[in-house]
Amino acid sequence: MTTKSRSAEIGAQGIGKSFGRFRALDGISLTIGQGEFLTLLGPSGSGKTTFLMVLAGFEAPTDGRLTLDGQDVTAMPAEERAFGMVFQGYALFPHMTVEENIAFPLRVQRRSAADIRRRVDEIVEMMGLADHGKKRPSGLSGGQQQRVALARALVYEPPVLLLDEPFSALDKNLRGQMQDEVRRLHRETGTTFVFVTHDQSEALALSNRVAIFDHGKLQQLASPKTVYERPTNRFVAEFLGEINILPLSNVRRNGSAILGDFEGQALHADAGGTLSETLAIRPEYMALHLARPAEGNAIAAQLRDLTYLGAETQLALVTAGGVGINLSLPTAALPQGVATGQEVWAAWPEERAFFL
Amino acid sequence: MSRRARALMLLAPLLLFLGLAYIVPFLGVIRWSVTLPQPGLGQYRAALTDPLVQSVFLRTLRVCVAVTAASVLAGYVIALLWVRGGPVQKLLVELCILIPFWISVLTRAFGWLALLSNRGIINDWLQWAGILHEPLAMVRNEFGVIVGMTHFLIPFAVFPLASSMRNLDERVLMAARGMGASRARIFWRVLVPMTLPGILGAALVVFVFALGFFVTPAILGGGRSVMAAELIYLRIFQSPDWGLGAAISVIMMVAVGGMLALLLRQARPGGGR
Repeated sequence: MTTKSRSAEIGAQGIGKSFGRFRALDGISLTIGQGEFLTLLGPSGSGKTTFLMVLAGFEAPTDGRLTLDGQDVTAMPAEERAFGMVFQGYALFPHMTVEENIAFPLRVQRRSAADIRRRVDEIVEMMGLADHGKKRPSGLSGGQQQRVALARALVYEPPVLLLDEPFSALDKNLRGQMQDEVRRLHRETGTTFVFVTHDQSEALALSNRVAIFDHGKLQQLASPKTVYERPTNRFVAEFLGEINILPLSNVRRNGSAILGDFEGQALHADAGGTLSETLAIRPEYMALHLARPAEGNAIAAQLRDLTYLGAETQLALVTAGGVGINLSLPTAALPQGVATGQEVWAAWPEERAFFL
Repeated sequence: MSRRARALMLLAPLLLFLGLAYIVPFLGVIRWSVTLPQPGLGQYRAALTDPLVQSVFLRTLRVCVAVTAASVLAGYVIALLWVRGGPVQKLLVELCILIPFWISVLTRAFGWLALLSNRGIINDWLQWAGILHEPLAMVRNEFGVIVGMTHFLIPFAVFPLASSMRNLDERVLMAARGMGASRARIFWRVLVPMTLPGILGAALVVFVFALGFFVTPAILGGGRSVMAAELIYLRIFQSPDWGLGAAISVIMMVAVGGMLALLLRQARPGGGR
C-alpha cells in the first residue's frame, strides 16, 4: 500500500483473566507503541494467545483496563475494534474466492464497488496473488493461503494487526520468506503489529520488542538484544536459547570488580544487574583452550562429547565438581587435535557473564 | 482368502436377508404392475393420467415440500442452539429432540389429534378465551398432516445440520467478527453458505422420508388428505386394484431411488463441498 495506515497505541493496565480457578493471565501491564512490532513469546499455556484474544476483544479480561490511543476499550466488542487479525490456520472463508475473501472486510464497511475493486486489485498485486484471484482457498498452497490471510487483514487498513502463530503450519524455508514479507508489510504500512509465537528465533528476528510470557505473567519486555543478552530471570534466559549456569559462592565486590568463587577459583563478572549466586554465560561466547589462557575468566573441565554440525561444532564439558557446560564453536575455531576425554579450558570475556 | 472375499462373506447374511425380504418381493410388485389385470403398461398410463392419482401425487409433493422446508428451518435453529448454545440450551435441545424420538409415531399422531382437533385443547382454549366462535379446522386437512410430519422429521434434519456445524472451523466465524461483520452478515454470508452441504443433506433425508409417510397422514389427514402411501394401501387392501397400486409403488420407488442417489453423491467426501 502506498498510503500509510493510521496506527494506534495500545495500553494494558493490570490485565487479568481467569477461567474458573485457572489464572490464564495475571497483572499484565504494558504499552504497545504506535507502529511498533511487538512479539508475544512463550511456551504453550503461557497466556500469550489469551492476551492476544483480550487485545482483539474475543475474550473479556477479568480485571484490568485496555486503552486504544488513550481511550478505554475494555468493554468494546471485537467487531467494533475491528483490528486486523491473522489466525493460526488462516481461517479463510472456504466458500469464497481469494478476491471475495479479501473484499469481505471492505463490504462490511460498505465501501463503494469501485473502491473495493481498486483496493482488492492493489493488494492482490502487492501480495503476488494476481494469478489466483478467482481461486478458492482449497486450491492454494499454504504460503499462498497465508498471503490471502494477510491481505484480508490489511486491506482495510486497521489501526492494529494481530497475528496468532501465523507461520506454525509452514515449512522452514517458506517460514523465512513469510517472515521477510511480514517485516516488509510492517515497514510499508506503519501499522502496529502484535505477533504471537512460541519460536524464539522468529520473535528475535521480527520485532522491535519481545514480551515473554510464562504462567500467565509477563516475565520481561525489552528489545531482542536485551532479552537475549540480559534476561531478567532464569526462565527467560533458558527459553531464549542454550545457557550455561555456574553456581557461585562468596560473591563480593572488590573495588569496581565483582568476584565470586567457583570450584576454588575466583571468577569475575559484569558489574551490571543485581548480584546473585548464579552466573550465566551463553555458549557461543565461550572459547575452548587447551591450556589456561592468560586473561579473562576460565574454568577447567573435561571434554565429554563433541557434535559436528557442519559450520558449527557443539561441545559438552564437565567440570571437576560435576557442572555441565555447553560450548558452541565455529568449526573453523576448533583447536587442532582436540578429542573427547581431554582436559580443556572454557574461557569467556568478563562482560559476557551476568548474574541471574 | 482375499480381503474382498472375506468382506463379502461377512456381508452375506445381510445381503441374503435384503434379497429375500426386500428385493424378491419388490420384483413381485413390479410383475403385478405390468401383468394385472392384463399384461402391458396400462397401469402406468392410468397412474400418470388418472386425475385422482395425479391429485394425490400433487398433494404428496406439496406436503413433502412444505414439511421439508419447515423441518429444515426449525432444524437449523435447533441445531444452532445445540452446537453453539450454552450448557442449559444444549440439554434442553437434547431432551426436546430425543424424548419424542423414542415415542412411537402412532402415539405422536394421536397426541397431535388431541391438540389440534375441533374439540381438541387448542380449539377449546381459543373458544373459551373468546378469540374464536367456530372451531378452527386444523386436522383432517393438509395443515394437520404437515404439522404432524414436521414434528416427526425435525430430528432427522437436526442431525446432519448439527454435524455440518460442528465441522466448521470456529476461527472462521471469529475472523468475520474481527473484521467488524454484524451477526446478520456472519449468519447469511458465512454460516449458511458454509453449512450448505448439511442443509442439502437434511432436506433430502427429510424429503425422502416424507414421501413414504403413511401413519401420520392417515390419522391427521383423516382420509381426506390422502397421500401416495395411503393411496397404495387403499388400492391394494380396500379395492382389488393391485395392478394400479403396484404401478404407483414402482413410481414412488424410482423417485425415492433417484433422490437417494443424489443424497449419496452429496454425502461422498468432496461431493458437496
